[in-house]
Amino acid sequence: MNMYLYPEYEVVRDESRCISCRVCERQCANLVHSFDAETGKMSADSAKCVNCHRCVCLCPSHALKIVKSDDTYKVNANWDNQTINEVYKQANSGGVLLSSMGNPKPYPVYWDKMLVNASQVTNPPIDPLREPMETQIYLGKRSVTIERDERGKLKDTLAPQLKLRVPVMFSAMSYGSISYNAHEALARAAEELGTFYNTGEGGLHKDFYRYGKNTIVQVASGRFGVFKDYLENAAAIEIKMGQGAKPGIGGHLPGAKITADVSETRMIPQGVDAISPAPHHDIYSIEDLRQLVYSLKEATEYKKPVIVKIAAVHNAAAIASGIARSGADIIAIDGYRGGTGAAPTRIRDHVGIPIELALAQVDQRLRDEGIRDEVSLVVGGSVRSSADVVKAIAMGADACYIGTAALLALGCHLCRSCHEGKCNWGIATQRPDLVKRLNPDLGYKRLVNLVTAWDHEIREMMGGMGINSVEALRGNRLMLRGIGLTDAELRILGIRYAGESM
Amino acid sequence: MKRVYVNEKWCLGCHLCEYECAFAATGLSDIVKALKGKPVYPRIRVEEGDGVCFSVNCRHCREPLCVQSCISGALSVGGDGVVRIDREKCVGCLTCVLVCPYGAVMPAPDGHAAMKCQLCTDNACGEPNCVKHCPNNAIVYEERG
Repeated sequence: MNMYLYPEYEVVRDESRCISCRVCERQCANLVHSFDAETGKMSADSAKCVNCHRCVCLCPSHALKIVKSDDTYKVNANWDNQTINEVYKQANSGGVLLSSMGNPKPYPVYWDKMLVNASQVTNPPIDPLREPMETQIYLGKRSVTIERDERGKLKDTLAPQLKLRVPVMFSAMSYGSISYNAHEALARAAEELGTFYNTGEGGLHKDFYRYGKNTIVQVASGRFGVFKDYLENAAAIEIKMGQGAKPGIGGHLPGAKITADVSETRMIPQGVDAISPAPHHDIYSIEDLRQLVYSLKEATEYKKPVIVKIAAVHNAAAIASGIARSGADIIAIDGYRGGTGAAPTRIRDHVGIPIELALAQVDQRLRDEGIRDEVSLVVGGSVRSSADVVKAIAMGADACYIGTAALLALGCHLCRSCHEGKCNWGIATQRPDLVKRLNPDLGYKRLVNLVTAWDHEIREMMGGMGINSVEALRGNRLMLRGIGLTDAELRILGIRYAGESM
Repeated sequence: MKRVYVNEKWCLGCHLCEYECAFAATGLSDIVKALKGKPVYPRIRVEEGDGVCFSVNCRHCREPLCVQSCISGALSVGGDGVVRIDREKCVGCLTCVLVCPYGAVMPAPDGHAAMKCQLCTDNACGEPNCVKHCPNNAIVYEERG
């Protein structure tokens, strides 16, 4: 017997506004809405609704809304409705619970417990509309050795760098987990913005080779789609050791999403589940990692920076120290709120640590060991606004990765049902009729708008602090103060409490 | 001249254009008041079949068959290139409906005249309402040689 579960959300139709145009019915891949020809009225089956808001957004008479159901079991602070329902679901199915996108649990968000400084009287603020303000940055090794040629001139010993016009890049999202059109939108936006998007572990579709100058290609534990042209068509190569949403486990792309095109790009058979192992089977130490870093550098003639991406975990600082010594140029850290196309619910919700704490500890450790210049630091895992970017940079990051925010710009409404493959917004799906709903001509402009808006806001916030470049803000933790934090949190974040002066 | 073009690659078959067209023609400001409980008479139609869908409305042909065939001189090409119909002159013979190769002229709701897309020059929208409300940019209004 399957236990009946009352729908978590209910579709509410304002009958006085519904014109029975059936747009909601045509746009719902979950078949929530239906039209009764006899009565001429629409009805909705809330049990099928994932709360993606596609119908709400497209309804021409704004007759629809979705509300949280008020059906409840007897109120219990320990056994809340969701916890009980999850037990019922597992008793029904016997399976691991799957979820998508980032950790939704009410853990503290440290970005929201940090406040930014501003200049008053003694150090004037800068007006970014009237004075130069630099948000362009470079990622890569800063350390150089002084060498001279036979004529005594300085040799250029600077390692390859990535030049970003804004300190924001698009996170790794694979073709397969997201659609062709979503990838095209990200690639075109990265090109126009002068920044980078990341292929994720799904290989690079041949159509996107032309965006190579703005592409970071990923080499993950499954090595999907990795070959000579893939590496050569990239601006940088990222070795994915872990992902914030699911630290310690690999990936699983269901066979239904391995269409002909995805199969060719990933170089795996069509219709067969793509499983990337939890570890890289050739990496069990920093020395092993170093071998892969240098294999990739050797393969690309030392022309491209190599990034190593890890999930934010308890000993991230020590791991980062090892990575900095492995020859990697850039370390990317992904916090536990980072998104995913599919993850076991328990892992998404309970494994890893906040990116803010990991960043503070990694930056401090690299500074203490005198190797901060060996690498650039990129952080992701729920960077939600330009304020988060400013705080991350002041904490010590060189740049941020945004994934969820980018998908929101493309239409995602965070229904967290990516793993079902029926994304009504044409993002996390391979169904052709759904993929076409995301027109990249519109999508890339929305991405460009978003990042451009953030760039303006970053300039304004920096101006207020009297700082005129991202380079000067980086690691400037005196610009941050904590609010509502304990002594331990302040110590880990390396910031003072609001009200404490310089 | 600027015309309405459709790109079937991006058409979702949502039929929003039809309702927005019918709404524009009513001249009302509230879509609920305009369309609720009433038959809908759009001048644009979504055609569907075999996984392809696209909307069709008047192409505003350079040498329109509808204008040539009109027995009462109700149909004409304006100086702006827009093919218009004069309801006062139309006798409702519907020859234009029969000759239009795109099926873009249709009988008006009262049955006494024909009606067609006039690029929203005959209402207060200012620009084609179907284009304005297409959620996926499948319908565009642009100059193409």
